[in-house]
Amino acid sequence: MARRPTTAGPPTTDIDMTPMIDMTFQLITFFMFVMNFSEAEQDERIRLPLSQLAKPSDRIVEKPLTLQLTSAGSVIYAGELVAVRDIGGYLEREKTVMRDAGREPAGATVIIRADGRSKTGEVQEIIRICQEKGFERFALRAQYDEG
Amino acid sequence: MRRRAASTLGDKVEINMTPMIDVVFQLMSFFMCTLKVVAPEGDFDVRMPLATAAAAVPDDQQVPPIRVRLAANPDGQLAGITMNGAPIADFAELRRKVVGLVGDARGPNSLAERTEVEFDCDYGLRYFNVVQAITAVSGTVEDGRIVELVRKIKFTPPKRGAPRG
Repeated sequence: MARRPTTAGPPTTDIDMTPMIDMTFQLITFFMFVMNFSEAEQDERIRLPLSQLAKPSDRIVEKPLTLQLTSAGSVIYAGELVAVRDIGGYLEREKTVMRDAGREPAGATVIIRADGRSKTGEVQEIIRICQEKGFERFALRAQYDEG
Repeated sequence: MRRRAASTLGDKVEINMTPMIDVVFQLMSFFMCTLKVVAPEGDFDVRMPLATAAAAVPDDQQVPPIRVRLAANPDGQLAGITMNGAPIADFAELRRKVVGLVGDARGPNSLAERTEVEFDCDYGLRYFNVVQAITAVSGTVEDGRIVELVRKIKFTPPKRGAPRG
């Protein structure tokens, strides 16, 4: 009976890694480009109303204050749920921080991200409380509707 | 003089790819996990200082505001639109009426630039109706370009059952 020839070790298979590395780098590049580094405060609990005119603007709002209103009528402020009537205290704190930094609330923009199903009166309430604290520039945020 | 050993330039150098592939896959996992699909959003700018006696002083350039009333039924749905007291059928008609009032001229000191629209909305009205109304008076999209109409927007103070802050 013929013996099999002895081998020096286990046979090695050379896999061509080039296509895989190419594809992986392309994927990394894609994810890097689509990654959003902006500190946009977005919350999945809010369903913004749609508008054809709500195109993203190149204008950068300097250190805005973002208030998000849920459909249930609570304000998401710095990650926690606050009743509309209670935001005055938080805004007072913001005002103090702004003044310490040498800025006036009248020059700051309050971005209001209100859910489309929320009550208009609650949005107006937020605006009124902000006005009482000295804020006067508001940006009502809507989601761009491509039609 | 001693001769150098035979050159090994022709030999194949095996590069260990494992660490690079490890790092690359970690990077890819990081980017995949942190990917957040962001819907494009835009703003409607509203400048509303608290009403003061000084702000109430009329000036020659001031145009009387267009008053748009949005009424709601008990469910919060839009029940009716009026502009300066006259009933309006829908937002398309509202836009036509506003265009009829401010004309086609645009730019600094134009009537459209100086005109202000004041929204008087019922407390319980669903907010998306207001955004639709603001869209109707703010402009229109023609061939993918936004043609601006009225930019100055304000609201009347909230009414009925309003919680005090």
